[in-house]
Amino acid sequence: MATTNTEVLEKAVYERPESFTEANTHYCPGCTHGVAHRLVAEVIDEMGIREKMIGVASVGCSVFAYNYFDFDFVQAPHGRAPAMATGVKRTLPDRVVMTYQGDGDLASIGAGEIVGAAARGENITVIFINNANYGMTGGQMAPTSLPGQKTSTSPNGRDVETMGYPIRAAEMLATLDGTSYVVRRSLHDSKNIRLAKKAIRSAFEAQVRGLGFSMVELLSVCPTNWGLSPLDSLDWLQDHMLPFYPLNDFKVHPAIAQLRF
Amino acid sequence: MARELMKGNEAVAEAAVRAGLQAYFGYPITPQTELLEYLARRMPDLGRAFVQAESELGAINMVYGSACTGARVMTSSSSPGISLMLEGLSYIAGTEVPMVLVDVMRGGPGLGNIAPAQADYNQMVHGGGHGDYHQIVLAPANVQESIDLTILAFELAEKYRSIAVVLTDGALGQMMEPAELPPMMPLKTIYPEWAVRGAVGRERRFLSSIYLDPSEEEQANLRLARRWLTVQANEVRYKEYYLDDADFVVVGFGSAGRVALSAVRQARAEGIKVGLLRPITLSPFPEKILEELSRKVQGILVVEMNTGQMLDDVRAYTQNRVPIEFFARLGGIMPLGEEVLAEIRRMVQGPLTLTGHPRERWLARTEHLN
Repeated sequence: MATTNTEVLEKAVYERPESFTEANTHYCPGCTHGVAHRLVAEVIDEMGIREKMIGVASVGCSVFAYNYFDFDFVQAPHGRAPAMATGVKRTLPDRVVMTYQGDGDLASIGAGEIVGAAARGENITVIFINNANYGMTGGQMAPTSLPGQKTSTSPNGRDVETMGYPIRAAEMLATLDGTSYVVRRSLHDSKNIRLAKKAIRSAFEAQVRGLGFSMVELLSVCPTNWGLSPLDSLDWLQDHMLPFYPLNDFKVHPAIAQLRF
Repeated sequence: MARELMKGNEAVAEAAVRAGLQAYFGYPITPQTELLEYLARRMPDLGRAFVQAESELGAINMVYGSACTGARVMTSSSSPGISLMLEGLSYIAGTEVPMVLVDVMRGGPGLGNIAPAQADYNQMVHGGGHGDYHQIVLAPANVQESIDLTILAFELAEKYRSIAVVLTDGALGQMMEPAELPPMMPLKTIYPEWAVRGAVGRERRFLSSIYLDPSEEEQANLRLARRWLTVQANEVRYKEYYLDDADFVVVGFGSAGRVALSAVRQARAEGIKVGLLRPITLSPFPEKILEELSRKVQGILVVEMNTGQMLDDVRAYTQNRVPIEFFARLGGIMPLGEEVLAEIRRMVQGPLTLTGHPRERWLARTEHLN
């Protein structure tokens, strides 16, 4: 009967997280920024820290991250989010401070700021989106672009002899004593998305416990600038990025290793 | 409170602490470093935030984050370091959050040297960072004024949601003088309605300098421009010495103004009717008094420790109504009182002219320095 069907349909199994606004996405079809945003929002809901959150948006495709998260936000100059987050966190130590940065922002123009914040053990959480190119400006070579990868500024493929080698940011930052939790995850399938969410939760738990700098690097796709369909992009990530950027726990504080979610 | 012998940089640091400084972020650079070192001890003792940043870029963006929480926040540097901070200063101006910046100027351009100079005048008074904005610039000439203007800088920054700069130099920062500090002010407990501090029981807040819609950016530019009119109307400050009966006037700020004052006093002793105008606010500039003087006196001598950056402003505000002469020492060399006195005598003797450029005449007189 119709009424019974309605009752069944009213049982929601999938809802907008409280930490999300109702804004429509501006991200391209197939982009994994939306997945990363949702995972962050779900974790913040589950931890009940929405009112304590202060986000620091960066420059890149996620420059509009503040449109989607329903908590306080500031907007940093390109690469400077870890410094701005430092200023917020040192002034308000009991708030939970997050930066959300892309690879050009974090590993190129902001390399100094991320190393400084990690080395100081700033008690902030960094969500680092690595999609191997500058998305917002239209697919230029990033510090994370793979050897041989064609981009608009490496049209014949990244030649490491003249353009240098990609930076493995998670491995590099994990060598610093100020870090408490540094891992790499990927967003290319549902199993890995679930693992990414656990990592994001662990990173925020590290901050809440005052353990120091935490970062989750998320391998992501950029179908528009890669010139691939969304599905092909997921395959490309798996075939090309995973061998170069292994998914691993590079630094896990013992107090976080014990946690079970 | 009794007057104590204090070093300029440390006096500014302690004045900021007493004004209720909640967070300081800085980076070492001579001749400013004592400010950083003093606050490295003082702020943690008081349980307040202090970070030695990885660079001046880091420091100014830490200030940016802290300022967004509505806290009283400051950084300090010297000329090359200030250049690195210009990106952050533009963002802070565009976001309309208050902060205090101390620039202890040194010789330049480039690495220059660590001796006192005034060559950051244009960078501080006429912008520096990209985009259309103004910042308040206060120029002390002694340690006591450095203290008083640091406190005023916090008040003006918050009143106008603006950057307020305390513009000193290597001499003012390094010299020791007796001065009096104010009593300790309580830290603020009430924060403005724009402050980003966590959305507890209220709508989320967002602070940024981004206005993607050009019409919104135009509104923001207009808001800043209108606010600056109010600053110009309310906040002009200057000191005048012997101006009532003056036939000639010397204009100089900071250390150059201070040296000029001793020269003016010597000239007065010789019977020369000369006075001194010393701008305290370089931005907003005391243009009205300068305009009045230009209708009254027979000649103006501008004295600076740069190649005439303020001279250009003085010429703009006096509209060639009165002959202007210029004198400067550069690159970290301070003018001597006798040199300024000689320039006063030269101006009084004449002949003076309204044609040509005072900078070119001065450069022609510097042949002996080659």
